[in-house]
Amino acid sequence: MLSRTAASLYWLGRYVERAEFTARLIEATLRLDSLSPRPAGAGAWASALSVAGGEGGFAATGDALSAPNVARFLTLSRDNPSSIRSCLDRARMNAKSVRTALSREAWEAINRAWLGLRDRSTTGGSQATLGLAEAIKAEARGFEGALHRMLRNESNWFIRLGMAIERGDNTARLTDVKYHLLLPEGEKIGGPIDRDQWTTILHTVSAVTAYRWLYRDGLKPWLVAELLIKRAELPRSMAAAADEAVSLLNLLGKRTGLQGEADRLARRRQNAISTASIDTIFAQGLHEYLTAFVAENVRLDQAIARQFRF
Amino acid sequence: MAGRRAFDEVWGSGDDPAGRPEFAALAQWITETPAAELDRRQKAAEAAFRQLGITFAVYGDEEAAERIIPFDIVPRIFTAREWERLSEGLVQRVEAINAFLADVYGERRILADGVLPAELILANPQFRAMLAGTRPPHGIYAHICGIDLVRTGPDQFWVLEDNARTPSGVSYMLENREAMLRLCPELFEKFPVRPVDGYPDALHETLRSVAPRAASDPVCVILTPGHYNSAFYEHSFLADQIGIELVEAADLEVDDDIVWMKTIDGRVRVDVIYRRIDDDYIDPLVFRPDSLLGVPGLIAAYMAGNVTLVNAPGTGIADDKAIYSYMPEIVRYYSGGEAKLPNVETWRCREPEALRYVLDNLGELVVKLVDGSGGYGMLVGPTATRQQIEDFRAALIAEPHRYIAQPTLALSTVPTLTETGVAPRHVDFRPFVLSGSNGVTITPGGLTRVALKEGSLVVNSSQGGGTKDSLILADMPAEA
Repeated sequence: MLSRTAASLYWLGRYVERAEFTARLIEATLRLDSLSPRPAGAGAWASALSVAGGEGGFAATGDALSAPNVARFLTLSRDNPSSIRSCLDRARMNAKSVRTALSREAWEAINRAWLGLRDRSTTGGSQATLGLAEAIKAEARGFEGALHRMLRNESNWFIRLGMAIERGDNTARLTDVKYHLLLPEGEKIGGPIDRDQWTTILHTVSAVTAYRWLYRDGLKPWLVAELLIKRAELPRSMAAAADEAVSLLNLLGKRTGLQGEADRLARRRQNAISTASIDTIFAQGLHEYLTAFVAENVRLDQAIARQFRF
Repeated sequence: MAGRRAFDEVWGSGDDPAGRPEFAALAQWITETPAAELDRRQKAAEAAFRQLGITFAVYGDEEAAERIIPFDIVPRIFTAREWERLSEGLVQRVEAINAFLADVYGERRILADGVLPAELILANPQFRAMLAGTRPPHGIYAHICGIDLVRTGPDQFWVLEDNARTPSGVSYMLENREAMLRLCPELFEKFPVRPVDGYPDALHETLRSVAPRAASDPVCVILTPGHYNSAFYEHSFLADQIGIELVEAADLEVDDDIVWMKTIDGRVRVDVIYRRIDDDYIDPLVFRPDSLLGVPGLIAAYMAGNVTLVNAPGTGIADDKAIYSYMPEIVRYYSGGEAKLPNVETWRCREPEALRYVLDNLGELVVKLVDGSGGYGMLVGPTATRQQIEDFRAALIAEPHRYIAQPTLALSTVPTLTETGVAPRHVDFRPFVLSGSNGVTITPGGLTRVALKEGSLVVNSSQGGGTKDSLILADMPAEA
């Protein structure tokens, strides 16, 4: 496989995952906004911007911090490199340049998502925005479905590796922005606003019912944190992303004979997550732990690029 | 064309209201299928093309950076006998083109024998003098030719242009057929249509057959300028259908006259490159130094005999419009017989006699720039405005050597779905001819381009042309 092809597939995976995560974030934020007593909604959108790493970019537009403005910035803005539109533009560009490594279905899913946004100039009201987010999620599901029907070879693994790396990063950043809500100290159990916040986090990673199944307990902030970080059963947890990275690198290594720094880093991270208890993580400082995870993820990303000669 | 009615490939010359008897079934299908139903199917095909991303880029058109080429649901049909005659003519023509290229880059017998003026070759920008004496592996230059044909009557076919550089459009031949099979399956029950889906395998065989070394499994790749190129879809489609790598220049490197591609496993040696980049851009060390699309050292590797370029560099001399008018002599010189497919009568404006005739008859002629393509730099006398004619007159007088002129042919028409129902529209036809060390292969099919504007003779996609499926019948059509 061409090195350029491998790099494009990996980034294709990252951009699709990022687009889908942003769609979920918007969906969950809309929900939080409508639950919040007026005019507290602005806080929900500020926090969404922060999760998406778009505070600086949004401030530069000079727009007021309102639901439609932030929703448009996160969805359609060309000035925001992480907006859904920008992600899909780049996902499609990468997909187009490696068409031959993709199945027709996989390409069509990307192209359809892109076509769906191409002529949109406004997100419309919250109902329309929800519809848009739902459509993006559906296309992303279609893409993952197509991936499962593709040949199980390097093409498939590079895309999924990109998705796993991106997913770990997204969940860590989501958890970090809300970390103060998740700390066990100073808890005000049952405060309606906090409950809504926790549910928002779970909604963003599609884990509301998963939480009930795994814990059979009322919402406890530290359990939410544990679920997002340590429970490999949850596909969007950091542990699951770390496991997936290890096994995909393993498959790639077996097929290509290329193993090295990336495998070592990925295994070390997987090990660290499974051995650390949630209590130790809280004792060390949740924020510090998550920041370190994000930094480690960047190192892993760079090691992958070196290992496969991107 | 003015006044005269063009030959219609289904309805004939208009004397018999039932149309040509061979195509009675098609005529019936056209008459009986409601226009609204045809329109629905056509829209379904176009929606599928858009979803697949079968698009082309229009240069200088920011807004619609990616468009699909309009597809017409009414197919065009050739009988087995028509196709057989065309094939014979195509084989003869392409063999002559390859013999001509081997000669002008080799012994130059044709110049020594005075068949055509030496300066027309040697001073032609399309002639790559530095490649004189370099023989490509297996001696084949134009591996893939797209010969543009037009028709003016039941048995009157003419060669309009020989595309011997990097002809495009073959993906439409394949994708249009897929769409027709899905949307109009009943047509394929009425007619025994020969399949076109063998083309990718035939192309792969041709590529493998011209590999430079006796490798048991030669590595073939397609070299694309990248996904901003107007024909990128076709490049990726072909690579996908054949199952070979689609590379960009940055994926290749030349080391000690050997071409390598950079893969995650390290370097892999490349034997055959089907390049979809023009000569001018292919190697910045040799041709345009500002080209970012090219691979430095590629021409040296080719000259060293370590890699096959498909088509070989320098084939532009064979399809040059100034050479075109000599093709009947060229075919006769190498094949020993008359050209089975005639040329369109052509006036070379570089010759004073011809120029005088052209200037006197601008209103009836088609005038073309020798170095133009894609329908740009072209005057169609009968449909031109007075101003356009005067502009061309001035240009012709200033630089006569840059122009040729041809009579305006009454191009045949094929029923086509228009806004006001099915109506005749002018067409041309581009079959694709493959030449390898395994011989000449022609897939029974081709690209039919149709001028969608009423009366228009310009079929180029950049000028509002569309495409149709071209059905080649296996034998006499079944009774309707």
